[in-house]
Amino acid sequence: MARKSPEVNAGSMADIAFLLLIFFLVTTTIETDSGINRKLPPMEDVIDPPIIKERNIFTVVVNKNNDILVEEKPMELRDIRSAAVKFLDNGGGVGEEACDYCKGERDKSSSDNPEKAIISLKNDRETDYKVYISVQNELVAAYNVLRDREFISLYPNERMTFVEANKFYSDPRTSPKLKAKLKPKLDVLKRMYPQKLSEAEPSKLK
Amino acid sequence: MSKFKKKKDGEQPAINTASLPDIVFMLLFFFMVATVMRDNTLMVTNTLPAADQVQKLDKKDRVIYIYAGKPSERYVKKYGDQPKIQLNDKFSVVSDVGAYILAERATKREELQNVLTTSLKVDGETNMGLISDIKQELRKVNALKINYTTRIGDYTQNK
Repeated sequence: MARKSPEVNAGSMADIAFLLLIFFLVTTTIETDSGINRKLPPMEDVIDPPIIKERNIFTVVVNKNNDILVEEKPMELRDIRSAAVKFLDNGGGVGEEACDYCKGERDKSSSDNPEKAIISLKNDRETDYKVYISVQNELVAAYNVLRDREFISLYPNERMTFVEANKFYSDPRTSPKLKAKLKPKLDVLKRMYPQKLSEAEPSKLK
Repeated sequence: MSKFKKKKDGEQPAINTASLPDIVFMLLFFFMVATVMRDNTLMVTNTLPAADQVQKLDKKDRVIYIYAGKPSERYVKKYGDQPKIQLNDKFSVVSDVGAYILAERATKREELQNVLTTSLKVDGETNMGLISDIKQELRKVNALKINYTTRIGDYTQNK
């Protein structure tokens, strides 16, 4: 009888199990989808399309061989972001169209101000979806770079970038009070650099 | 009988299994929480392209999904290897998209019907022609909010 070892007390096993359960409950997040949000233009044709100056349009074309042409010149994917930033932030307008927050080169042959600047993305029917998404991603990134910059300089007290603030705003856990405080600030930025990204129908590319 | 008794003395005591239910329940709860329910069985290859300038698609009740890509291996014989659209659980053609969106919209609560987003889950290898056709159909039924659903990652992964 001396060799018999005492039984291990398993009474606390349930506690340990619950501890683990609660740990996993808190730490796991259910996977949510994410992606690039876009808004399609409505179907009805505009009867009187506004006249847009050539210098206010930044044309990006992805052809069927997945080559990227920016303003009719070939460009590598990694250079698109900086080219789009340069175009949007140019601020070449004078008088009423001047842009006092732009830090661009104020080139007369580029965009007047970010509100007028339009990025036009065209693609061929043969273009690969993943290349198209990469280009979209870079163009959205250009807007985010500028919005981030202005957000930090306008609201340094928030201690976050525009993208972070936007994420915080759309997080359902954020309190309504904070949301109400954040919304006007986000709207200001969206007005300063409106996302004017047009996706032309490929049929018009003939 | 003394022989038999002696043998029993040398045995280890049985392992207490009283906590086994706890462990099993814990595992059960863990998987219940961590699993994502998939409503649709995928019939197309669906390697989403990577992007990093993304916004979350919260609130699943406001999203309509459209899948597209090359048919999966087991469907290649029957449907060929050209990219196809999958709506719910079946392959569809472009002209079905409008009716599908309207039908899905009708199943949602009335206050949500105007705020629905269409999530395009398209394989990276698909041609833009198909996507443009889908977009045209979406415009026809006035489903203008779309989301190009992507993986989160750098664009250089798309090569």
